[in-house]
Amino acid sequence: MNVLLGLFSTVAIVAGIVFFIAGTVGLLRFPDALTRLHALTKADNLGLGLIVLGLLPYAGSLGAALKLVVIWALVQFAGATVAQMIGALALREHPTSAGRHRR
Amino acid sequence: MMGLILDGGIALLTIGIAAWTIRAADDFAAVVGFVAYGLVLTLAWTRLGAYDVALTEAAIGGGATGVILMRAGARVKPAPAIRPSKRARIIVGALCAAVAAGLSAIVLLPPQPAPSLALEVREHLASTGLGNPIGGVLMAYRAADTFLETVVVLLALFGVWSLGRDAQWGGRPGPAPRSGDGGALPLFARVLVPAGIVIGIYIVWVGADAPGGKFQGATILAAMAILASMAGLVQAPPTSGRRLRWLLAAGPIVFVGIGLAGIPLAGAFLAYPPGFEKPLILVIEVALTVSLAAMLALIVAGPPEHAP
Amino acid sequence: MADALTLAAIAVLAAVALGLVRVLRGPSRLDRMMAVQLLGSGGVAVLALLAVASGTDAILDVALTLALLAAFASVALARALGNARADGGETGR
Repeated sequence: MNVLLGLFSTVAIVAGIVFFIAGTVGLLRFPDALTRLHALTKADNLGLGLIVLGLLPYAGSLGAALKLVVIWALVQFAGATVAQMIGALALREHPTSAGRHRR
Repeated sequence: MMGLILDGGIALLTIGIAAWTIRAADDFAAVVGFVAYGLVLTLAWTRLGAYDVALTEAAIGGGATGVILMRAGARVKPAPAIRPSKRARIIVGALCAAVAAGLSAIVLLPPQPAPSLALEVREHLASTGLGNPIGGVLMAYRAADTFLETVVVLLALFGVWSLGRDAQWGGRPGPAPRSGDGGALPLFARVLVPAGIVIGIYIVWVGADAPGGKFQGATILAAMAILASMAGLVQAPPTSGRRLRWLLAAGPIVFVGIGLAGIPLAGAFLAYPPGFEKPLILVIEVALTVSLAAMLALIVAGPPEHAP
Repeated sequence: MADALTLAAIAVLAAVALGLVRVLRGPSRLDRMMAVQLLGSGGVAVLALLAVASGTDAILDVALTLALLAAFASVALARALGNARADGGETGR
Protein backbone atom coordinates (compact mmCIF):
# COMPACT_ATOMS: atom_id res chain seq x y z
CA MET A 1 0.00 0.00 0.00
CA ASN A 2 2.79 2.38 0.92
CA VAL A 3 4.71 1.43 -2.18
CA LEU A 4 1.65 2.11 -4.32
CA LEU A 5 1.12 5.49 -2.65
CA GLY A 6 4.76 6.36 -3.16
CA LEU A 7 4.55 5.40 -6.80
CA PHE A 8 1.39 7.43 -7.30
CA SER A 9 2.95 10.47 -5.63
CA THR A 10 6.11 10.21 -7.65
CA VAL A 11 4.22 9.98 -10.92
CA ALA A 12 1.94 12.87 -10.02
CA ILE A 13 4.73 15.18 -8.87
CA VAL A 14 6.93 14.39 -11.87
CA ALA A 15 3.98 15.02 -14.18
CA GLY A 16 3.38 18.33 -12.40
CA ILE A 17 7.01 19.34 -12.94
CA VAL A 18 6.70 18.40 -16.61
CA PHE A 19 3.73 20.74 -16.95
CA PHE A 20 5.62 23.56 -15.27
CA ILE A 21 8.48 23.05 -17.69
CA ALA A 22 5.99 22.95 -20.56
CA GLY A 23 4.54 26.21 -19.30
CA THR A 24 7.94 27.89 -19.31
CA VAL A 25 8.83 26.53 -22.72
CA GLY A 26 5.51 27.73 -24.09
CA LEU A 27 5.94 31.13 -22.49
CA LEU A 28 9.35 31.52 -24.07
CA ARG A 29 8.78 30.01 -27.48
CA PHE A 30 5.20 30.73 -28.53
CA PRO A 31 4.77 33.60 -30.95
CA ASP A 32 2.25 35.89 -29.28
CA ALA A 33 0.46 36.79 -26.08
CA LEU A 34 -2.59 34.59 -26.60
CA THR A 35 -0.64 31.42 -27.30
CA ARG A 36 1.67 32.14 -24.39
CA LEU A 37 -1.39 32.53 -22.21
CA HIS A 38 -2.40 29.04 -23.24
CA ALA A 39 0.92 27.68 -22.01
CA LEU A 40 0.71 29.67 -18.79
CA THR A 41 -2.70 28.32 -17.85
CA LYS A 42 -1.58 24.75 -18.32
CA ALA A 43 1.27 25.28 -15.87
CA ASP A 44 -0.99 27.09 -13.42
CA ASN A 45 -3.74 24.50 -13.39
CA LEU A 46 -2.19 21.16 -14.18
CA GLY A 47 1.31 21.84 -12.92
CA LEU A 48 0.27 22.90 -9.44
CA GLY A 49 -2.73 20.55 -9.43
CA LEU A 50 -0.70 17.44 -10.07
CA ILE A 51 1.92 18.42 -7.53
CA VAL A 52 -0.74 19.01 -4.88
CA LEU A 53 -2.33 15.69 -5.79
CA GLY A 54 0.99 13.95 -5.35
CA LEU A 55 1.55 15.63 -1.99
CA LEU A 56 -1.87 14.84 -0.53
CA PRO A 57 -1.05 11.31 0.70
CA TYR A 58 1.92 12.71 2.64
CA ALA A 59 0.20 15.76 4.04
CA GLY A 60 0.54 14.61 7.63
CA SER A 61 -2.81 15.73 8.96
CA LEU A 62 -6.34 16.38 7.78
CA GLY A 63 -5.86 20.11 8.28
CA ALA A 64 -2.75 20.14 6.12
CA ALA A 65 -4.47 18.12 3.38
CA LEU A 66 -7.40 20.52 3.49
CA LYS A 67 -5.05 23.49 3.17
CA LEU A 68 -3.41 21.88 0.14
CA VAL A 69 -6.78 21.46 -1.53
CA VAL A 70 -7.79 25.03 -0.72
CA ILE A 71 -4.50 26.30 -2.15
CA TRP A 72 -5.12 24.31 -5.31
CA ALA A 73 -8.66 25.62 -5.69
CA LEU A 74 -7.47 29.17 -5.06
CA VAL A 75 -4.72 29.09 -7.67
CA GLN A 76 -7.04 27.40 -10.17
CA PHE A 77 -9.73 30.00 -9.76
CA ALA A 78 -7.32 32.92 -9.77
CA GLY A 79 -5.51 31.52 -12.79
CA ALA A 80 -8.74 31.14 -14.69
CA THR A 81 -9.85 34.69 -13.89
CA VAL A 82 -6.52 36.27 -14.78
CA ALA A 83 -6.46 34.21 -17.99
CA GLN A 84 -9.87 35.63 -18.94
CA MET A 85 -8.70 39.16 -18.25
CA ILE A 86 -5.41 38.78 -20.09
CA GLY A 87 -7.20 37.08 -22.95
CA ALA A 88 -9.65 39.94 -23.32
CA LEU A 89 -6.81 42.45 -23.22
CA ALA A 90 -4.74 40.52 -25.76
CA LEU A 91 -7.72 40.17 -28.08
CA ARG A 92 -8.32 43.90 -28.01
CA GLU A 93 -4.71 44.44 -29.03
CA HIS A 94 -4.58 41.96 -31.85
CA PRO A 95 -8.07 40.91 -32.85
CA THR A 96 -7.94 37.44 -34.34
CA SER A 97 -10.61 36.02 -36.63
CA ALA A 98 -12.03 34.11 -33.69
CA GLY A 99 -12.28 37.34 -31.72
CA ARG A 100 -14.06 39.10 -34.52
CA HIS A 101 -16.68 36.39 -34.84
CA ARG A 102 -17.56 36.79 -31.17
CA ARG A 103 -18.58 40.41 -31.53
CA MET B 1 22.89 18.94 -0.08
CA MET B 2 19.58 19.41 -1.88
CA GLY B 3 18.76 22.18 0.54
CA LEU B 4 22.01 23.93 -0.30
CA ILE B 5 21.29 23.82 -4.03
CA LEU B 6 17.81 25.17 -3.46
CA ASP B 7 19.07 27.97 -1.25
CA GLY B 8 21.77 28.86 -3.75
CA GLY B 9 19.19 28.97 -6.52
CA ILE B 10 16.91 31.23 -4.51
CA ALA B 11 19.81 33.54 -3.64
CA LEU B 12 20.90 33.84 -7.27
CA LEU B 13 17.33 34.45 -8.37
CA THR B 14 16.86 37.19 -5.76
CA ILE B 15 19.98 39.05 -6.82
CA GLY B 16 19.15 38.62 -10.49
CA ILE B 17 15.61 39.95 -10.16
CA ALA B 18 16.79 42.86 -8.01
CA ALA B 19 19.45 43.81 -10.54
CA TRP B 20 16.93 43.66 -13.37
CA THR B 21 14.31 45.68 -11.49
CA ILE B 22 16.77 48.50 -10.84
CA ARG B 23 17.44 48.79 -14.54
CA ALA B 24 13.89 48.17 -15.74
CA ALA B 25 12.79 50.08 -18.78
CA ASP B 26 9.57 51.61 -17.51
CA ASP B 27 7.32 51.89 -14.48
CA PHE B 28 5.20 48.85 -15.22
CA ALA B 29 8.24 46.63 -15.76
CA ALA B 30 9.74 47.88 -12.50
CA VAL B 31 6.55 47.12 -10.55
CA VAL B 32 6.34 43.65 -12.10
CA GLY B 33 9.97 43.07 -11.17
CA PHE B 34 9.27 44.24 -7.63
CA VAL B 35 6.36 41.80 -7.26
CA ALA B 36 8.56 38.99 -8.56
CA TYR B 37 11.23 40.06 -6.08
CA GLY B 38 8.72 39.84 -3.24
CA LEU B 39 7.72 36.34 -4.33
CA VAL B 40 11.28 35.07 -4.34
CA LEU B 41 12.04 36.80 -1.05
CA THR B 42 9.11 34.89 0.46
CA LEU B 43 10.83 31.67 -0.54
CA ALA B 44 14.07 32.92 1.00
CA TRP B 45 12.45 33.76 4.33
CA THR B 46 10.73 30.37 4.36
CA ARG B 47 14.02 28.58 3.85
CA LEU B 48 15.51 30.62 6.70
CA GLY B 49 12.77 29.36 8.99
CA ALA B 50 11.34 32.86 9.52
CA TYR B 51 7.74 31.92 8.75
CA ASP B 52 6.14 35.02 10.25
CA VAL B 53 8.37 37.23 8.11
CA ALA B 54 7.66 35.03 5.08
CA LEU B 55 3.93 35.51 5.68
CA THR B 56 4.37 39.29 5.88
CA GLU B 57 6.54 39.32 2.77
CA ALA B 58 4.00 37.26 0.83
CA ALA B 59 1.14 39.49 1.92
CA ILE B 60 2.66 42.96 1.83
CA GLY B 61 5.71 42.60 -0.36
CA GLY B 62 4.24 40.30 -2.95
CA GLY B 63 0.73 41.63 -3.16
CA ALA B 64 -0.17 44.90 -1.52
CA THR B 65 2.95 46.95 -2.28
CA GLY B 66 2.88 45.97 -5.95
CA VAL B 67 -0.68 47.26 -6.27
CA ILE B 68 0.13 50.46 -4.35
CA LEU B 69 3.10 51.14 -6.62
CA MET B 70 1.04 50.38 -9.71
CA ARG B 71 -1.70 52.79 -8.75
CA ALA B 72 0.76 55.47 -7.69
CA GLY B 73 2.56 55.09 -11.01
CA ALA B 74 -0.70 55.44 -12.90
CA ARG B 75 -1.29 58.78 -11.17
CA VAL B 76 2.06 60.29 -12.01
CA LYS B 77 2.52 62.04 -15.34
CA PRO B 78 4.98 60.13 -17.48
CA ALA B 79 8.34 61.84 -17.13
CA PRO B 80 11.66 61.12 -18.78
CA ALA B 81 13.76 58.73 -16.74
CA ILE B 82 16.42 60.40 -14.63
CA ARG B 83 19.82 58.91 -15.27
CA PRO B 84 22.24 59.72 -12.44
CA SER B 85 25.79 60.74 -13.31
CA LYS B 86 28.49 58.11 -13.46
CA ARG B 87 30.20 59.50 -10.37
CA ALA B 88 26.97 59.35 -8.37
CA ARG B 89 26.40 55.78 -9.42
CA ILE B 90 29.91 54.73 -8.39
CA ILE B 91 29.57 56.37 -4.98
CA VAL B 92 26.17 54.77 -4.37
CA GLY B 93 27.49 51.43 -5.53
CA ALA B 94 30.44 51.66 -3.16
CA LEU B 95 28.15 52.56 -0.24
CA CYS B 96 25.82 49.65 -1.01
CA ALA B 97 28.78 47.28 -1.22
CA ALA B 98 30.04 48.55 2.13
CA VAL B 99 26.65 47.99 3.78
CA ALA B 100 26.39 44.51 2.26
CA ALA B 101 29.91 43.67 3.45
CA GLY B 102 29.12 44.94 6.94
CA LEU B 103 25.91 42.93 7.20
CA SER B 104 27.62 39.81 5.88
CA ALA B 105 30.38 40.21 8.46
CA ILE B 106 27.84 40.50 11.27
CA VAL B 107 25.91 37.44 10.13
CA LEU B 108 28.82 35.21 9.15
CA LEU B 109 31.30 36.17 11.87
CA PRO B 110 29.28 36.93 14.99
CA PRO B 111 31.10 37.27 18.31
CA GLN B 112 31.13 33.98 20.17
CA PRO B 113 28.74 33.42 21.84
CA ALA B 114 26.41 35.43 19.59
CA PRO B 115 24.38 37.93 21.62
CA SER B 116 20.73 37.02 21.59
CA LEU B 117 17.67 37.40 23.75
CA ALA B 118 16.04 34.29 22.34
CA LEU B 119 16.55 32.28 25.54
CA GLU B 120 14.92 34.91 27.73
CA VAL B 121 12.06 35.24 25.28
CA ARG B 122 11.37 31.53 25.42
CA GLU B 123 11.73 31.39 29.20
CA HIS B 124 9.04 33.96 29.89
CA LEU B 125 6.74 33.11 26.98
CA ALA B 126 4.46 30.98 29.13
CA SER B 127 3.55 33.98 31.29
CA THR B 128 2.24 35.85 28.25
CA GLY B 129 -0.22 33.11 27.45
CA LEU B 130 1.01 32.92 23.87
CA GLY B 131 2.74 30.07 22.12
CA ASN B 132 4.32 32.02 19.30
CA PRO B 133 7.52 33.79 20.41
CA ILE B 134 7.11 36.39 17.66
CA GLY B 135 3.67 37.17 18.97
CA GLY B 136 5.11 37.41 22.45
CA VAL B 137 7.69 39.95 21.32
CA LEU B 138 5.16 41.97 19.35
CA MET B 139 2.36 42.04 21.89
CA ALA B 140 4.04 41.71 25.27
CA TYR B 141 7.76 42.43 25.37
CA ARG B 142 7.75 45.24 22.79
CA ALA B 143 4.09 46.14 22.66
CA ALA B 144 4.94 49.84 22.57
CA ASP B 145 6.74 49.29 19.25
CA THR B 146 3.67 47.63 17.79
CA PHE B 147 1.49 50.49 18.96
CA LEU B 148 3.77 53.06 17.37
CA GLU B 149 3.90 51.07 14.13
CA THR B 150 0.13 51.14 13.95
CA VAL B 151 0.15 54.90 14.43
CA VAL B 152 2.77 55.19 11.67
CA VAL B 153 0.47 53.33 9.27
CA LEU B 154 -2.32 55.72 10.24
CA LEU B 155 -0.07 58.71 9.57
CA ALA B 156 0.86 57.19 6.21
CA LEU B 157 -2.84 57.04 5.45
CA PHE B 158 -3.19 60.74 6.26
CA GLY B 159 -0.29 61.36 3.94
CA VAL B 160 -2.03 59.47 1.15
CA TRP B 161 -5.27 61.38 1.75
CA SER B 162 -3.43 64.68 1.63
CA LEU B 163 -2.37 63.92 -1.95
CA GLY B 164 -5.91 64.46 -3.20
CA ARG B 165 -7.21 67.77 -4.38
CA ASP B 166 -8.55 70.21 -1.80
CA ALA B 167 -12.00 70.16 -3.36
CA GLN B 168 -12.16 66.40 -2.99
CA TRP B 169 -11.05 66.11 0.63
CA GLY B 170 -13.38 63.76 2.42
CA GLY B 171 -14.71 62.21 -0.77
CA ARG B 172 -14.62 58.64 -1.94
CA PRO B 173 -11.23 57.26 -2.90
CA GLY B 174 -10.32 55.43 -6.03
CA PRO B 175 -11.33 55.76 -9.65
CA ALA B 176 -14.68 54.46 -10.87
CA PRO B 177 -14.41 50.78 -11.71
CA ARG B 178 -14.13 50.23 -15.42
CA SER B 179 -14.35 47.07 -17.39
CA GLY B 180 -13.58 45.75 -20.82
CA ASP B 181 -11.46 42.95 -19.49
CA GLY B 182 -13.81 40.08 -19.88
CA GLY B 183 -16.20 40.45 -16.98
CA ALA B 184 -14.56 37.66 -15.04
CA LEU B 185 -13.75 39.91 -12.12
CA PRO B 186 -17.17 40.18 -10.40
CA LEU B 187 -17.59 36.40 -10.25
CA PHE B 188 -14.05 36.03 -8.99
CA ALA B 189 -14.62 38.61 -6.28
CA ARG B 190 -17.97 37.12 -5.25
CA VAL B 191 -16.38 33.74 -4.58
CA LEU B 192 -13.00 34.83 -3.33
CA VAL B 193 -13.84 37.67 -0.94
CA PRO B 194 -15.78 35.58 1.59
CA ALA B 195 -13.16 32.84 1.43
CA GLY B 196 -10.39 35.41 1.77
CA ILE B 197 -12.04 36.95 4.82
CA VAL B 198 -12.18 33.55 6.48
CA ILE B 199 -8.54 32.90 5.64
CA GLY B 200 -7.54 36.35 6.93
CA ILE B 201 -9.27 35.80 10.25
CA TYR B 202 -7.71 32.35 10.45
CA ILE B 203 -4.22 33.78 9.97
CA VAL B 204 -4.82 36.31 12.75
CA TRP B 205 -6.17 33.61 15.04
CA VAL B 206 -3.42 31.08 14.41
CA GLY B 207 -0.81 33.74 15.09
CA ALA B 208 -1.18 33.23 18.81
CA ASP B 209 0.58 29.88 18.79
CA ALA B 210 2.02 29.46 15.29
CA PRO B 211 3.33 31.78 12.59
CA GLY B 212 0.71 34.32 11.70
CA GLY B 213 -0.67 37.42 13.32
CA LYS B 214 -2.57 40.59 12.80
CA PHE B 215 -0.41 42.38 10.20
CA GLN B 216 -0.58 39.48 7.80
CA GLY B 217 -4.26 38.82 8.45
CA ALA B 218 -5.12 42.50 8.16
CA THR B 219 -3.33 42.68 4.81
CA ILE B 220 -5.37 39.75 3.54
CA LEU B 221 -8.59 41.42 4.70
CA ALA B 222 -7.54 44.70 3.09
CA ALA B 223 -6.77 42.92 -0.20
CA MET B 224 -10.24 41.39 -0.16
CA ALA B 225 -11.81 44.80 0.41
CA ILE B 226 -9.86 46.23 -2.54
CA LEU B 227 -10.86 43.26 -4.66
CA ALA B 228 -14.52 43.81 -3.87
CA SER B 229 -14.16 47.47 -4.76
CA MET B 230 -12.29 46.72 -8.02
CA ALA B 231 -15.01 44.31 -9.08
CA GLY B 232 -17.65 46.93 -8.46
CA LEU B 233 -19.29 44.89 -5.71
CA VAL B 234 -18.93 47.60 -3.08
CA GLN B 235 -18.38 51.28 -3.33
CA ALA B 236 -15.52 52.84 -1.45
CA PRO B 237 -16.85 54.72 1.57
CA PRO B 238 -16.31 58.48 1.76
CA THR B 239 -13.19 59.24 3.74
CA SER B 240 -15.04 61.76 5.86
CA GLY B 241 -17.52 59.11 7.03
CA ARG B 242 -17.85 58.96 10.80
CA ARG B 243 -18.07 55.18 10.97
CA LEU B 244 -14.98 54.82 8.84
CA ARG B 245 -12.98 57.16 11.03
CA TRP B 246 -14.04 55.36 14.19
CA LEU B 247 -13.00 52.10 12.56
CA LEU B 248 -9.57 53.52 11.83
CA ALA B 249 -9.15 54.93 15.30
CA ALA B 250 -10.46 51.87 17.14
CA GLY B 251 -7.20 49.95 17.10
CA PRO B 252 -4.89 52.65 18.44
CA ILE B 253 -7.53 53.82 20.95
CA VAL B 254 -8.02 50.34 22.40
CA PHE B 255 -4.27 49.83 22.50
CA VAL B 256 -3.67 53.11 24.32
CA GLY B 257 -6.62 52.50 26.62
CA ILE B 258 -5.38 49.11 27.75
CA GLY B 259 -1.88 50.50 27.97
CA LEU B 260 -2.90 53.35 30.24
CA ALA B 261 -5.03 50.99 32.32
CA GLY B 262 -1.88 48.99 32.86
CA ILE B 263 -0.34 51.80 34.87
CA PRO B 264 -2.63 51.55 37.88
CA LEU B 265 -3.38 47.86 37.46
CA ALA B 266 0.06 46.42 36.77
CA GLY B 267 2.58 49.12 37.38
CA ALA B 268 3.68 50.24 33.91
CA PHE B 269 2.34 51.46 30.57
CA LEU B 270 1.21 48.47 28.52
CA ALA B 271 1.85 46.06 31.37
CA TYR B 272 -0.81 43.37 31.60
CA PRO B 273 -2.23 42.38 35.00
CA PRO B 274 -1.23 38.76 35.69
CA GLY B 275 -3.86 36.25 34.63
CA PHE B 276 -5.43 38.65 32.14
CA GLU B 277 -2.68 38.66 29.52
CA LYS B 278 -4.29 36.40 26.93
CA PRO B 279 -7.74 38.02 26.90
CA LEU B 280 -6.31 41.55 26.85
CA ILE B 281 -3.91 40.68 24.05
CA LEU B 282 -6.81 39.14 22.18
CA VAL B 283 -8.93 42.30 22.52
CA ILE B 284 -6.02 44.44 21.30
CA GLU B 285 -5.39 42.09 18.39
CA VAL B 286 -9.01 42.12 17.23
CA ALA B 287 -9.21 45.91 17.39
CA LEU B 288 -5.87 46.28 15.64
CA THR B 289 -6.77 43.81 12.92
CA VAL B 290 -9.93 45.71 12.07
CA SER B 291 -8.18 49.07 12.08
CA LEU B 292 -5.11 47.90 10.19
CA ALA B 293 -7.27 46.24 7.53
CA ALA B 294 -9.17 49.49 7.05
CA MET B 295 -5.93 51.52 7.00
CA LEU B 296 -4.21 49.27 4.48
CA ALA B 297 -7.28 49.07 2.26
CA LEU B 298 -7.57 52.85 2.22
CA ILE B 299 -3.86 53.30 1.54
CA VAL B 300 -4.19 51.06 -1.51
CA ALA B 301 -7.41 52.81 -2.55
CA GLY B 302 -5.55 56.08 -2.71
CA PRO B 303 -6.50 59.69 -2.20
CA PRO B 304 -10.12 60.83 -2.53
CA GLU B 305 -11.05 61.32 -6.15
CA HIS B 306 -14.70 62.26 -5.98
CA ALA B 307 -15.93 65.35 -4.16
CA PRO B 308 -17.92 64.45 -1.03
CA MET C 1 11.81 11.42 0.79
CA ALA C 2 12.51 14.92 1.99
CA ASP C 3 15.47 15.07 -0.38
CA ALA C 4 13.37 13.92 -3.30
CA LEU C 5 10.74 16.56 -2.58
CA THR C 6 13.42 19.24 -2.26
CA LEU C 7 14.77 18.12 -5.61
CA ALA C 8 11.28 18.52 -7.05
CA ALA C 9 11.16 22.02 -5.56
CA ILE C 10 14.47 22.86 -7.25
CA ALA C 11 13.10 21.59 -10.55
CA VAL C 12 9.93 23.71 -10.31
CA LEU C 13 11.89 26.79 -9.25
CA ALA C 14 14.33 26.37 -12.12
CA ALA C 15 11.47 25.97 -14.59
CA VAL C 16 9.60 29.13 -13.56
CA ALA C 17 12.84 31.09 -13.11
CA LEU C 18 13.62 30.39 -16.75
CA GLY C 19 10.21 31.79 -17.56
CA LEU C 20 11.37 35.09 -16.08
CA VAL C 21 13.32 35.57 -19.30
CA ARG C 22 9.94 36.53 -20.68
CA VAL C 23 9.85 39.34 -18.11
CA LEU C 24 13.20 40.48 -19.46
CA ARG C 25 12.28 40.34 -23.11
CA GLY C 26 8.64 41.40 -23.05
CA PRO C 27 7.86 42.71 -25.58
CA SER C 28 4.49 43.70 -24.24
CA ARG C 29 3.40 44.35 -20.67
CA LEU C 30 1.06 41.39 -20.91
CA ASP C 31 4.02 39.09 -21.41
CA ARG C 32 5.80 40.41 -18.35
CA MET C 33 2.67 39.99 -16.29
CA MET C 34 2.25 36.40 -17.42
CA ALA C 35 5.80 35.54 -16.47
CA VAL C 36 5.21 36.85 -12.95
CA GLN C 37 1.96 34.92 -12.74
CA LEU C 38 3.93 31.79 -13.60
CA LEU C 39 6.47 32.64 -10.92
CA GLY C 40 3.62 33.00 -8.43
CA SER C 41 2.16 29.58 -9.14
CA GLY C 42 5.62 28.06 -9.15
CA GLY C 43 6.38 29.69 -5.83
CA VAL C 44 3.24 28.22 -4.30
CA ALA C 45 4.21 24.79 -5.66
CA VAL C 46 7.71 25.13 -4.20
CA LEU C 47 6.28 26.10 -0.81
CA ALA C 48 3.86 23.15 -0.85
CA LEU C 49 6.71 20.77 -1.63
CA LEU C 50 8.87 22.27 1.11
CA ALA C 51 6.01 22.08 3.60
CA VAL C 52 5.55 18.35 3.10
CA ALA C 53 9.30 17.76 2.88
CA SER C 54 9.93 19.31 6.27
CA GLY C 55 6.58 18.45 7.84
CA THR C 56 6.07 22.11 8.78
CA ASP C 57 2.44 23.14 8.51
CA ALA C 58 3.33 26.82 8.89
CA ILE C 59 4.79 26.78 5.37
CA LEU C 60 1.36 25.80 4.08
CA ASP C 61 -0.02 28.97 5.66
CA VAL C 62 2.66 30.95 3.82
CA ALA C 63 1.66 29.18 0.58
CA LEU C 64 -2.00 29.99 1.23
CA THR C 65 -1.26 33.68 1.83
CA LEU C 66 1.01 33.80 -1.20
CA ALA C 67 -1.64 32.22 -3.41
CA LEU C 68 -4.25 34.68 -2.18
CA LEU C 69 -2.18 37.82 -2.50
CA ALA C 70 -0.51 36.82 -5.76
CA ALA C 71 -3.97 36.29 -7.21
CA PHE C 72 -4.98 39.71 -5.94
CA ALA C 73 -1.86 41.36 -7.37
CA SER C 74 -2.27 39.67 -10.77
CA VAL C 75 -5.88 40.71 -11.02
CA ALA C 76 -5.07 44.27 -9.96
CA LEU C 77 -2.23 44.50 -12.49
CA ALA C 78 -4.46 43.13 -15.26
CA ARG C 79 -7.14 45.66 -14.36
CA ALA C 80 -4.57 48.47 -14.33
CA LEU C 81 -3.39 47.37 -17.77
CA GLY C 82 -6.97 47.40 -18.98
CA ASN C 83 -7.50 50.91 -17.63
CA ALA C 84 -4.31 52.16 -19.21
CA ARG C 85 -5.41 50.67 -22.51
CA ALA C 86 -8.84 52.26 -22.28
CA ASP C 87 -7.21 55.60 -21.55
CA GLY C 88 -5.54 55.52 -24.92
CA GLY C 89 -2.26 54.09 -23.79
CA GLU C 90 -1.28 50.68 -24.96
CA THR C 91 -0.27 47.45 -23.36
CA GLY C 92 2.86 47.47 -25.43
CA ARG C 93 6.40 48.32 -24.46
